[in-house]
Amino acid sequence: MNTIINFLFSAIKFGTPLMLGTTGEIVTEKSGSLNLGIEGMMAMGAIIGYIVAARANDLFLGILCAFLFAAFGALIFAFLTVTLQANQNVTGLALTIFGVGLYKFIGQSLMVSGKYPAMKTALSNMIAEKPLPLLGDIPYVGKLLFSHSIFVYLAVLICVMFWIYLKYTKTGLKVRSLGENPAAADASGVNVNFMKYIHIIMGGGICGIGGLYLALVVNAGGWNDYWINGFGWISIALVIFASWSPMKAIFGSIIFGMFKALQIRSGDLAHEFPKVLGWLQSIPADFYQMLPFVVTALVLIISSMRKKKEGAQPAWCGVNYYREDR
Amino acid sequence: MTVNYKETAIEIKGITKTFGEVIANNNIYFTVKRGEILALLGENGSGKTTLMNMLSGIYKPDKGSIFVNGKEIIIHSPEDSKRFGIGMVHQHFKLIDIFSAADNIWIGVKEKKYALKEKLKSISVSEKNKLEAFFVKGGKVVAEFGKYFIAKIPSLFLTRSRYKRIKEVSAKYGFEINPKKKVYDMAVSEKQTVEIVKVLYYGADILVLDEPTAVLTVQEIRKLFEVMRKMREKGCAIVIITHKLNEVLEISDRVTILRKGECVGTVNTKDTSVSELTELMVGRKIELSIEHPECEKGEALLSVNNLTVINSEKVKALDGVSFNINEGEIVGIAGVSGSGQRELCEAVAGLQKIEKGEIQYRNENITGKTPRQIIDLGISMSFIPEDRLGMGLAASYDLVDNMMLKSYRKAKGIFVDRKSAAKLASSVVKRLDVVTPNIYTPVRKLSGGNVQKVLLGREIDGNPHLIITAYPVRGLDINSSYTIYNVLNEQKKNGVGVLFIGEDLDVMLELCDRIIVLCHGRITGGVNAKEANKEELGYLMTNDLTEDKGGKANDGQH
Repeated sequence: MNTIINFLFSAIKFGTPLMLGTTGEIVTEKSGSLNLGIEGMMAMGAIIGYIVAARANDLFLGILCAFLFAAFGALIFAFLTVTLQANQNVTGLALTIFGVGLYKFIGQSLMVSGKYPAMKTALSNMIAEKPLPLLGDIPYVGKLLFSHSIFVYLAVLICVMFWIYLKYTKTGLKVRSLGENPAAADASGVNVNFMKYIHIIMGGGICGIGGLYLALVVNAGGWNDYWINGFGWISIALVIFASWSPMKAIFGSIIFGMFKALQIRSGDLAHEFPKVLGWLQSIPADFYQMLPFVVTALVLIISSMRKKKEGAQPAWCGVNYYREDR
Repeated sequence: MTVNYKETAIEIKGITKTFGEVIANNNIYFTVKRGEILALLGENGSGKTTLMNMLSGIYKPDKGSIFVNGKEIIIHSPEDSKRFGIGMVHQHFKLIDIFSAADNIWIGVKEKKYALKEKLKSISVSEKNKLEAFFVKGGKVVAEFGKYFIAKIPSLFLTRSRYKRIKEVSAKYGFEINPKKKVYDMAVSEKQTVEIVKVLYYGADILVLDEPTAVLTVQEIRKLFEVMRKMREKGCAIVIITHKLNEVLEISDRVTILRKGECVGTVNTKDTSVSELTELMVGRKIELSIEHPECEKGEALLSVNNLTVINSEKVKALDGVSFNINEGEIVGIAGVSGSGQRELCEAVAGLQKIEKGEIQYRNENITGKTPRQIIDLGISMSFIPEDRLGMGLAASYDLVDNMMLKSYRKAKGIFVDRKSAAKLASSVVKRLDVVTPNIYTPVRKLSGGNVQKVLLGREIDGNPHLIITAYPVRGLDINSSYTIYNVLNEQKKNGVGVLFIGEDLDVMLELCDRIIVLCHGRITGGVNAKEANKEELGYLMTNDLTEDKGGKANDGQH
């Protein structure tokens, strides 16, 4: 039983950055922009957020900076695509390359000059995975759901908040109208460009928090140049899997977190249930590393067969809107 | 509220708008008064929509000024225009498919500002003691803030009351809409109603309707006109853009005519006639009755037997349809849009999977064949689809390349033969009077009428025996429409069979030999065009023969 709990616990742990990345991208896509720069914005948020958090020894300052710096990346995207009408795909890809490059450059040069900050105890205590009072004492469930890093609860909270925002508020309705038909929104008096800017920036910022989580919790602050390692790309696919709903994104993320968890826990599972899951051990680790990407491809194929009109990609997602276009 | 019926609602003075080198509007003067319906008339590309888009804030004028209720205003955005009470119903509806009617309207609804500042200022305290007064006042301020936030909460969220409120407002104007219905489930007329309710809900009293009747049936148009008259009585100012002259005469009080971006005059409707309006619009006299040559009916070209088609939404789009077309006749298909016309065309052209039934072309069974197989059989059938730029032509290709789409397989070798295509393009331009800078202009830059002429020109070049055309004159002005009718008649004289899917019943009655009426995928009747009238057709179009499942009604052949 403990092995299963541990496995699922890890699934949630690895699912959290996906949750944030996916929610960020959903907010962006619902407002009509396809930002392929998630990976880059996560990297930007991760490195700056980590340095600030470690230097200042303050988690919340770190989160704020991760948000702001990733949002800065999104601002570049917004300026290029909304104001200058640049192609969204190309701009997003450029943002990924830029963000990842910047992250490697800052991290590596700090490492070489010996100025790379180590995590202090106060900070690692703040992000430690520890049981919540009372709730954490519930058998099994307490360990599975209520013994996580504070980040995990923050991520779920953000998902739920944006789910309510998009689905049940008036401003959310306006945001959705931008993604579906900006001309209609414009004719109804919605300030299209302003709203697009705000939501691209907000979406980017949320991705940045996901990046910081990868730096602090998954990699425990140790420098390597693959902190993000595809989490951004998987997030983009998860948006489709979650059919543009932040609520479904929570569950989708945890499912994808399982693949990641298999990488480290497959041995344990095979040990515990040699009869049923013994075969897990004979599979090379590289296969597990590949798994999320294979499933991503499958998800894309399956979701493309979906026929329902609701829960589909916003009609104008990825298309620039220019009012005087004839 | 009493309405001064001669009060000017909108006055446009000397408006000029250019797109690059093209002058869309040149020095236009134009007024609309309250309590009147003004028709804006003009050919395609005469700048009607551009002019109205400047009122709705989509374009900004280069020069000139706009006065609303006697005050000069500058409209920067659609929001500004909304604030001045101008509401535009666009020709291509600006609605969001996956939203309900209510949500589409709700996007632009602004809540009344809660007057927090005024309320805070008005707090007065009667207590004498300073300390006591301070606490009492403090308490009241906190209470006001509390009330403010409580009042704010429902305005942040989407509540169910929006359905009720929209229902009430639409009932007030005599509309019937189901606020919860999704737009993708709506018929065109319902969508239009939502658009009109939307602008009324935003408080518009100056209405601009851009070709509202283009997609409606006779009955729906009558209903729309009733509503327009009712609104005129309430003191609204209404501008209606339309091509159909009989509608102009029926509904409007005054007519302003644009030609090539310039205002050529304004006339009172009661003092004018169709021929005068046409002359003003086109700039010369043109013959208005459609020619109807009598031709010898040849042998049967196409016969469709008990055709059943299930469309992509898994709905029976056609249900046991049977009819035939002979050489040298024009057969019209009438019906409310979405009754299966599209599927019928596509089935005959080999683009639709056929569930049951068969299609015979001369003696050849072409059921289930691909378009290329049909061509290879030596059958020449020209398909002019409804969606001209989507299925007919490649929008970003120029005229020459579009000509080649049909003939590229004939050329030998691996290279394309652009020379003969260019020759064909120039001959089409000359013959059908296509207005284009040159034959190397991408077709998307041409106006609707010219695009249609290019497509028709290409199709008749191959000397077809059968022409299938759906809504060939949709959105075209009088001049272009008549060119198209003439081409079709010419083909008919050459012994070509024409399947004409149309919407304007007046035109169909004049042009076609026989008219078949489709309703919900079934043939509800067929009439001889010479003996039929509009009312009869309109009745057949909306009359679903639910008991008579076989669709056995005759197809008008006696």
